[in-house]
Amino acid sequence: MSAAVQAQPHTRLLLSGNDAIARGVWEAGAKIASAYPGTPSTEILESLALYPDLYAEWSVNEKVALEVAIGGSMSGARSFCAMKHVGLNVASDALMTITVAGVVGGLVIAVADDVGMSSSQNEQDSRYWGRFAHLPILEPADSQEAYEMVKYAFELSEACNTPVLLRLTTRVCHVKAVVEIGERVVHDITGFASDPRRWVMTPANAKGQIPAQIARETKLLALAESSPLNRLEDGKDRRIGFVTSGPAYMHVRECFPDSPILKLGFTYPVPVGLVEKMASGVAHLVVVEETEPLMENDLKAAGLSRIHGKDLLPRLGELTPNVLVPAINGLVGEPLPKGSVYPKIDPFPRPPTMCPACPHMGVYYSLSRLRKQVQISGDIGCYTLGAGHPWNALDTTISMGASMGIALGMDKARSAETKDKGVVAVIGDSTFLHMGMQGLLDIVYNRGNVTTIILDNRTTGMTGGQNHPGTGKSLTGEDAPRIDFAKLVEALGVAPERIRTVDPYLLPVVFKTIKEEIAVTAPSVIITTRPCVLSEFYDRQPPFRVIDETCTGCGNCIKVGCPAITVKRTETRNRADGTSHELKFTTIDTAMCTGCRMCVESCGPKAIVPAQPTAVAQQ
Amino acid sequence: MNDVITNILICGIGGQGVMTAAEILAQAAMAQGFDCKKSEIAGMAQRGGVVTSHVRFGRKVWSPVITPGTADLLVAFEVAEGSRWADHLRPGGTAMVNTIRLAPPIVSSGLYKYPADPVAQMRAAGVPVIEVDAGTIARDLGNLRLVNTIMLGAIADHLPFPATELEEQIVGRFRERKPAMVEVNQRAFEAGRQASQRGNADVTARAVNC
Repeated sequence: MSAAVQAQPHTRLLLSGNDAIARGVWEAGAKIASAYPGTPSTEILESLALYPDLYAEWSVNEKVALEVAIGGSMSGARSFCAMKHVGLNVASDALMTITVAGVVGGLVIAVADDVGMSSSQNEQDSRYWGRFAHLPILEPADSQEAYEMVKYAFELSEACNTPVLLRLTTRVCHVKAVVEIGERVVHDITGFASDPRRWVMTPANAKGQIPAQIARETKLLALAESSPLNRLEDGKDRRIGFVTSGPAYMHVRECFPDSPILKLGFTYPVPVGLVEKMASGVAHLVVVEETEPLMENDLKAAGLSRIHGKDLLPRLGELTPNVLVPAINGLVGEPLPKGSVYPKIDPFPRPPTMCPACPHMGVYYSLSRLRKQVQISGDIGCYTLGAGHPWNALDTTISMGASMGIALGMDKARSAETKDKGVVAVIGDSTFLHMGMQGLLDIVYNRGNVTTIILDNRTTGMTGGQNHPGTGKSLTGEDAPRIDFAKLVEALGVAPERIRTVDPYLLPVVFKTIKEEIAVTAPSVIITTRPCVLSEFYDRQPPFRVIDETCTGCGNCIKVGCPAITVKRTETRNRADGTSHELKFTTIDTAMCTGCRMCVESCGPKAIVPAQPTAVAQQ
Repeated sequence: MNDVITNILICGIGGQGVMTAAEILAQAAMAQGFDCKKSEIAGMAQRGGVVTSHVRFGRKVWSPVITPGTADLLVAFEVAEGSRWADHLRPGGTAMVNTIRLAPPIVSSGLYKYPADPVAQMRAAGVPVIEVDAGTIARDLGNLRLVNTIMLGAIADHLPFPATELEEQIVGRFRERKPAMVEVNQRAFEAGRQASQRGNADVTARAVNC
């Protein structure tokens, strides 16, 4: 639990940006908060759910989350929603029109860009969305600023009748730093007042409001030019003046303590006047922003000269000191930093793996056996790891819920070579409910020959185990109606005999079911039934071990992909035809094993048996 | 308080408790009146991948990231991970390494080889390494989860504040929630300290022999 929930006002706490934002949202008197989980933004709502006197929900996707917050704002409640960068793409349809209509209660949208791509399918600069929607953009550099700016964002939203975009990056969300917290202010909900000319966006009504949106930008620019969030920190080394925002400011401040720095927090509309004032006193201006050259291009368009930015600095990834210093030193002819004295040692890669007993392994084990007969369209979640070793059983991953639409396109675009292949879409439960249902509906409607596998592990796994409509619990842990996937897909039009429910631990059953369904030309759905091993629903069983004398070294159990199974010894055997192959004799780490039996199912010679109680005790 | 920043890089594998250890260390530094930042890339950390956490503290900390070549202390929860991050140490920095070897599936299935002796590799590169067999110590104390406390004990005499302050930060957490765990954590902390002192003597002896 975030320490900030129970802390007294005016105490100093070590808080992540996400926890600091949650505290700020609550202190601002927000009454409505919504999100769909997404790294690095997930913990904001998890934290907010712990505060009193505020409604917080996991929404099914980011568009719905934003719509819930819009409804709250229209009703006069200060409202907040959070999402990761790609979530704002999903929410953008609602965003692009609410920005015309404006707000009643302050409306703040926090969007977290995964700069450096620790857990995302792309790296995008969400400030583009803010500009596209004519929104003011605030960019905190650390937890304290995130806390302060989100509070100010509600004020700004109400003062200028606009949603406000709080742009975060991973280095704000997940860095813990010292924050001094304050007290909650009360903002009572005023209630919804019907005003169709404002809220019913027919062309006539929308046209009437667009001039106000344009006028709003003039007012926002004046505010940005005078905002205390934009400050000049003077310095005596006038060879370079920096213009910077977000956590990049911290890196600049650390590396160039003597340089003048224009530190921008209110970054759109860009306060060109402030930059002009600074530019006259320095030889070069360098804009340091993550990731796209947005401020830089605006400043160039405003006619400022001697501006550097992405000509020196990379357009992708973080602008950390080890990136920044060599680039800047090159500009002013300083020697490059010496770097580390110790050589880089690269032992072996250690990519993320599925957990021991992860039910996804049962499906990927079977798909890898059928690899030559199927095209496999994947989706976003833990099961994206199926693309990796040892399964290599994914052909595509693009965006949330895309597996089925892409599978349908593949089905309709078969060549002579692929005409007999099975087309399989693989998607998780949370992702299916997020954006997947429409894809399946499209397959049914257009008579697609696609087998959809819903990996229902009863959680939102990759983001750390959040609830959704398929888990039977809400964000706050209360009981919630639990969606029945079999009934849902039947309602979407899949024939009842083509809806198969399987235990993913029973490898032969999974294999046979997939084989049967890809042989059928109608839309089919296979739903797996085992929960995530990290969830409260997982039923841990006693571990297994390998009998050395019985193990033939075939290595089949390794192909399950369980991290608890390791190769103990190898032997090279020569075949009669002169070729050779390697036998792999395995062992099971009984401390990691949770007794799922998948390796038992994979073992021909029956060398895997329950570990003796004494063996457990020795561990 | 002077302007010196202490940089501690903690590395290991998802699920080992790297982030918890970093959190405890950061809280201890903050309790000493330091400004402090703790940063990690944790996106897929639960899934057995590489995890690092950066802890920086001093009078005023700006960047939350430790620049390669500037870490005062590297705390490795796994020996090959220690070798992977050793180049982040500053000259004269120390690598405190748990000697446990944890092979990922990519190694156990034969695609890659686990190095025979990562500590020897680090030493050959000139890195001062202190070995701590935290797995064995934890097993002797009866609970594998104590590795975390043992490793914090191991670095406790390498910090710019008294070891007891770090110990109090650990014990304080258990005192509220699991009082039964206080004593065994105190023993684990002390065992980590002693193991590190023995390891340090080895390093010093080796330096003399050279």
